[in-house]
Amino acid sequence: MIAEIGHFALILATGVALYQFLVPLYAAQRGDRALMRTGLTASVLQLALIATAFAALTHAYLVSDFSVQNVFENSHSAKPLLYKISGVWGNHEGSMVLWVLILALYGAAVAIFGENLPLELRSRVVAIQGSIGLAFLLFIVLTSNPFMRIEPPPIEGNGLNPILQDPALAFHPPFLYAGYVGLSIAFAFAVAALIDGRVDAAWARWVRPWTLAAWVFLTIGIAMGSWWAYYELGWGGWWFWDPVENASFMPWLVATALIHSAIVVEKRNALKIWTVLLSILAFSLSLMGTFLVRSGVLTSVHAFAVDPERGLFILIILCIFIGGSLALFAWRAPMMKAGGLFAPVSREGSLVMNNLLLCVACLAVFVGTLYPLALETLSGEKISVGPPYFNLTFGPIILPLLLLVPIGPFLAWKRGDAATALRRLWISLAVAVAVGLVVLALNIRGPWLAPFGMALAAWLVLGALTDLASRIALFKAPLATSWHRIIGLPRSAIGGILAHGGLGVMIAGIIAISLWKIEVIVALKPGEAADVGGYSITFIGETPLTGPNFTGRAGRFLVKEGDREVATLVSEKREFQPSGMPTTEVGLHQTLAGDIYVVMGDATNDGGRAIRMYFNPLVNFIWLGTFIMFLGGLLSLSDRRYRVGAPKRHVAAQAVPAE
Amino acid sequence: MRKLAAIAVLLLSFGPALALSPDELLKDPAQEHRARAISAELRCLVCQNQSIDDSDAPLARDLRTLVREQIVAGKSDAEIMDFVVARYGDYVLLKPRLNAGTMLLWATPFLVLLIAGTALFLRRRKPAPEPERPLSDKEREVLQKALE
Repeated sequence: MIAEIGHFALILATGVALYQFLVPLYAAQRGDRALMRTGLTASVLQLALIATAFAALTHAYLVSDFSVQNVFENSHSAKPLLYKISGVWGNHEGSMVLWVLILALYGAAVAIFGENLPLELRSRVVAIQGSIGLAFLLFIVLTSNPFMRIEPPPIEGNGLNPILQDPALAFHPPFLYAGYVGLSIAFAFAVAALIDGRVDAAWARWVRPWTLAAWVFLTIGIAMGSWWAYYELGWGGWWFWDPVENASFMPWLVATALIHSAIVVEKRNALKIWTVLLSILAFSLSLMGTFLVRSGVLTSVHAFAVDPERGLFILIILCIFIGGSLALFAWRAPMMKAGGLFAPVSREGSLVMNNLLLCVACLAVFVGTLYPLALETLSGEKISVGPPYFNLTFGPIILPLLLLVPIGPFLAWKRGDAATALRRLWISLAVAVAVGLVVLALNIRGPWLAPFGMALAAWLVLGALTDLASRIALFKAPLATSWHRIIGLPRSAIGGILAHGGLGVMIAGIIAISLWKIEVIVALKPGEAADVGGYSITFIGETPLTGPNFTGRAGRFLVKEGDREVATLVSEKREFQPSGMPTTEVGLHQTLAGDIYVVMGDATNDGGRAIRMYFNPLVNFIWLGTFIMFLGGLLSLSDRRYRVGAPKRHVAAQAVPAE
Repeated sequence: MRKLAAIAVLLLSFGPALALSPDELLKDPAQEHRARAISAELRCLVCQNQSIDDSDAPLARDLRTLVREQIVAGKSDAEIMDFVVARYGDYVLLKPRLNAGTMLLWATPFLVLLIAGTALFLRRRKPAPEPERPLSDKEREVLQKALE
């Protein structure tokens, strides 16, 4: 019965989405304010209905109602509670319901909190949201309905893929989706602006918090995925340039570009048309990411043929939204007036550079991800595009951007001076070069990338600190003054500094683990030890293991540094019921200096175990850095100037410097 | 089979077991180092986007052994790559070779960067000078008031 309520709510929501799409659009064109308001109500109703459907599906998972096909296929009664919940979105149908739920949340948020938006703009944004909701709801109801029943109901379910039964991965999709879908608001604002024919500083201010929120969610979502891959997949890698990862990384790159270009629109009224285009591209990539991952087309072109109905539907949705918005752009953009002028070397110029390099870097990822698919479709030729390709294309394109990051904030608007900027950064530059030289000296025979990479990381971190120091006149004014200034600094400014500094921390981690990872692969019998990066690791022995839905063996390891005991690590080999699928749990000792990472492998013929041990230097800097970036985003989001709905058009118009 | 979502299918292929096992390793560290570098550029043909170095599939193991045999036999890296490609086709290479089919793959990002960069440079080379004129007395008065 509850599943039927959910099913019914989903169908009702589809109807409401149709209303939310058409009526406000028409009303905004006619200037009918009362009718426009009904659109806002529709978006709140939409949220209530989809939340009901989602709750119904969650209920079916919680009580293990195997008469619902989706629950039967993806759940199991012995599964821990956390994974019964995450099982809701751990499959195609459920994840689509989560997607529309988040979309409805954003849509209702605009309707409720967008008090300061002109009603026409708000209505149009809500209408575009409605159109996206309509497409997805039709997709769910017609091809991916999670509420289908089975008769007679099976006694037990098939279970969730054990590798997905992990806390970090359980909450990774909701964050990613909050990011993907958050970009739909930027998209809706862009399309509304194209219809409206107007983009100004106020528009940029309204778009910014939503884009920033999406970026914050994407950042944390991607970081969680990478962290999960690091400790769950069991060979110490943290990024694989896998199509699934790329699908989330591309929107992140473009969202990053968008946050930066929106600053130019807001402060200088320039790059307006470009920013509108970026908003469209960012969400188009989100759509592609969602669908490409979900449709399985990235695995093989033939996945489409296996499920032609879904595949075709996906193609149609992609064509309508991406093609439609780009066509609207081509038609309306030339009517918009270009904004303020600026010299090539200026804050605006540096942000253009940022956008150019981020977008081309994204293009490299895009081409690498989709090329094999395109080539096979066109010529039947099968090729693989793997990490070496991305390192050779994405790497050299993103490198100049990283070098330029600290300089940008020191360039003046309109017309800057590179020499002055560098002069103000000379301490950072000198220290960065010194860091590079020290690394070179310590590691003379090592790869050239190490000194350069570490110098780059230092350059980024110190550049961010210099930015902060100069803003508060540290050491130039009395400390008390500096303190007052730091308190008075806009939160968005501190957010930017944190994000840039976090980037440097992350780079340090990436360089360190890529170049200095120590790996030891040995066969050990109980009592035997091996040396890994200055630690001695003894294989103590193994014991049988029984969990709620798995059995297995647990191997214990004693880690010593000299005579000092550092840690006892446990690495497990589990076999999950009911699939019988084996997984490995890594034994992990984390420190900021590096992780000791132990994986127990298969039994050897002489009663021992094959064991893989790593010392991963500075690896946690990767996630520490992303966390700092995330904090920067949050702080920036809390800036009162950007608080959702805070800016008013007339106020913002005055804030633009007169020319 | 719609049993698992596409993502789950993709993840299934990440065999979370030992890939390279101790008995496969070559005694000479330099040779072993070469074997690892080559392995990282060869695709495990039965896996999703995994190199043979990372994979625990039996086929990946066979290929790793093959690579090591070739190294011990004194073949160069390029010869080994050619040998593997001759047997398994271009699909085995994670770093696609430059040929007619992959020209666009390698060139697109850099070409676009070049074209977009040039276009920007040409457009911005002549920044329109902003008309500078001293403030009129009236404006000066307004400014003074605003500052006070």
